[in-house]
Amino acid sequence: MKSRAVLTGTHFLSGDLACAEGAIAAGCRFFGGYPITPATEISERMSRRLVEVGGVYIQMEDEIGSLAAVIGASYTGKKAMTATSGPGFSLMQENIGLAVMTEAPLVIVNIMRGGPSTGQPTMPSQQDVMQAKWGSHGDYEIIALAPSSVQEMFDLTIDCFNLAESYRVPVMLLADEIIGHMSERVKIPPPEEITIIDRKKPKVPPNEYRPFKPDDDLVPPMGCFGEGYRFHATGLTHDEKGAPKTVSVEEQTKLVRRLCDKIRKNTHKIVRVQEVMLEDAEVAVLAYGIASRAALSAVRKARKEGIKAGLLRLITIWPFPTELVAKMADHVTAIVVPEMNYGQLVREVERAAKTTPVSLLSKLGEEPHRPSEIITAMRRALQ
Amino acid sequence: MNQGDRMTQHPLAKYLRSERMPHIWCEGCGNGVLLSSFLTALDELKVDLDKIVVVSGIGCIGRAAGYVNVDSFHTTHGRAIAFATGVKLANPDLQVVVISGDGDLFAIGGNHFIHAARRNIDIKVICANNFNYGMTGGQYGPTTPLEAWTTTTPYGNIEHPFNLVHLAAASGAVYVARWTTLHVRRLKDSIKKSLQKEGFSFIEVISPCPTIFDRYNKRGTAVEVMKWFRLISNVKHGYDPARTEITNNQIIVGEFVDVERPSYGRLLREMTKRVQEKLKEEKAK
Repeated sequence: MKSRAVLTGTHFLSGDLACAEGAIAAGCRFFGGYPITPATEISERMSRRLVEVGGVYIQMEDEIGSLAAVIGASYTGKKAMTATSGPGFSLMQENIGLAVMTEAPLVIVNIMRGGPSTGQPTMPSQQDVMQAKWGSHGDYEIIALAPSSVQEMFDLTIDCFNLAESYRVPVMLLADEIIGHMSERVKIPPPEEITIIDRKKPKVPPNEYRPFKPDDDLVPPMGCFGEGYRFHATGLTHDEKGAPKTVSVEEQTKLVRRLCDKIRKNTHKIVRVQEVMLEDAEVAVLAYGIASRAALSAVRKARKEGIKAGLLRLITIWPFPTELVAKMADHVTAIVVPEMNYGQLVREVERAAKTTPVSLLSKLGEEPHRPSEIITAMRRALQ
Repeated sequence: MNQGDRMTQHPLAKYLRSERMPHIWCEGCGNGVLLSSFLTALDELKVDLDKIVVVSGIGCIGRAAGYVNVDSFHTTHGRAIAFATGVKLANPDLQVVVISGDGDLFAIGGNHFIHAARRNIDIKVICANNFNYGMTGGQYGPTTPLEAWTTTTPYGNIEHPFNLVHLAAASGAVYVARWTTLHVRRLKDSIKKSLQKEGFSFIEVISPCPTIFDRYNKRGTAVEVMKWFRLISNVKHGYDPARTEITNNQIIVGEFVDVERPSYGRLLREMTKRVQEKLKEEKAK
């Protein structure tokens, strides 16, 4: 019998719809959201599909409540998500911190549009990539993936759930209006070919369970509400039992370091990139998401024109693959970073590249980069 | 348990995380009465402690979630109801209780309150109303009486307070009651009733704040405030919630709303069943 959750086959879908299908295929059974352009189609699809597969869709009163409800659902053991865009993402920052602190596995999709504020609701941008990492207060780490095709909207959404469950951390899918709204061919594999990772369960009886006691990988096994563990979770700094420790230097240091280190120390396992013709490249383009499509085309064209160009496409943008970028920087004379913002991830590239010159190719508004603009930027960088 | 333990152990001890004691609440605070009423209700109903979740927000009473020996979650400020909504819908077998304060539930969390009541989410909300933000040292909030003195109304409060039971009733709560911390037995009975009723329940608990609000406003010691509660409380079951505004001379208490309306969860489950049956039929064709 064909699975209702996994629509195996070849489809022609928009990025938003492919994302919803990826979520259902990954086992997502709770969606809490609020309508917002250009992410609304994800909510619409989820409201129909989740009922078909016995899940829960709820449209909350705002994005603050949406993420709070998603954390609640996650704590009952459900795979849960929300989807939004800039203004809603801003409202979610408070509970992103709560999800980090209480180590709630969940997925947040941000179909980026032009900001600041209400900005350009129907236009693409990559203006929220720094907010994704730094938007909530305090020190923390999250994981963020950047799809560059509709197929990746499906595939990476599944990866987001798997990473969230593996590391007990909110994982973000940072797409943009173009990827969200454009339609392409999507291949949905049969269920048995889809890798699904579930959170680690406690192996101890309830009276010995310490909800925030990590294993060697720094990730604590997760008991869920209603399973008899009777544990407490709080946004306050807490010890391994979940008891508030609001004035302890030791507990604050231990907890904040672990929350960051469980991602930092596993960066090599988490990070995924695509390398194109970098082996002998003199100039590298570093791009992600929508900008990487023109970048790939630019690199291929540049090669034909005799420029030794290569592409490093980041699939994972947080944690930032500093070591990988540093290594690449050692072998090229210049790096070009096309971004649909006024210079965000380029700062991380500069930090990693050290003395190798890095130039930003900024784009704001409707148009994505054109390959010819990126080639011009490469020529300039090589001069 | 030996004889000595039986003599010294609190009868509700098994419902508490004893290692978290002593609690943070001041002497004379009403939060202890609220919590013990809740625990007594659980005890009398023999609630399965593995199937109940207590959620709280930020503030003095927000620490209650950390003290009860059940699954519990201490959310960000104002978000307890939104979090509880996710828990209840994701696992309808759980009994979900929100215990929080007037500032948390009705200022920063006001939007979540009215919408959860409108949707008739099957959660029970118990609000400790002490008329101010106690934890931060006594600032005015959405229930502070007109003219009251707080640290941010140094010339007297010029904001009109919410009548919480009226707000809850108008928003769609199926069970609404108000008691003071003097009405221990009736409060416990109301909590029991709400736990046995499907839908969004709201119980307001008027609570003394002797260290801060009552001291600033010269209401006297905790005992004096309790005596004052006795003097001005008026039990009026079934009274129109619109007419229950708290004044300096009268606190109308009682059960104001007890109606039936299908909960969001029930409607969701019925819809899901309908949709899935239709899909099965279509497949069979």
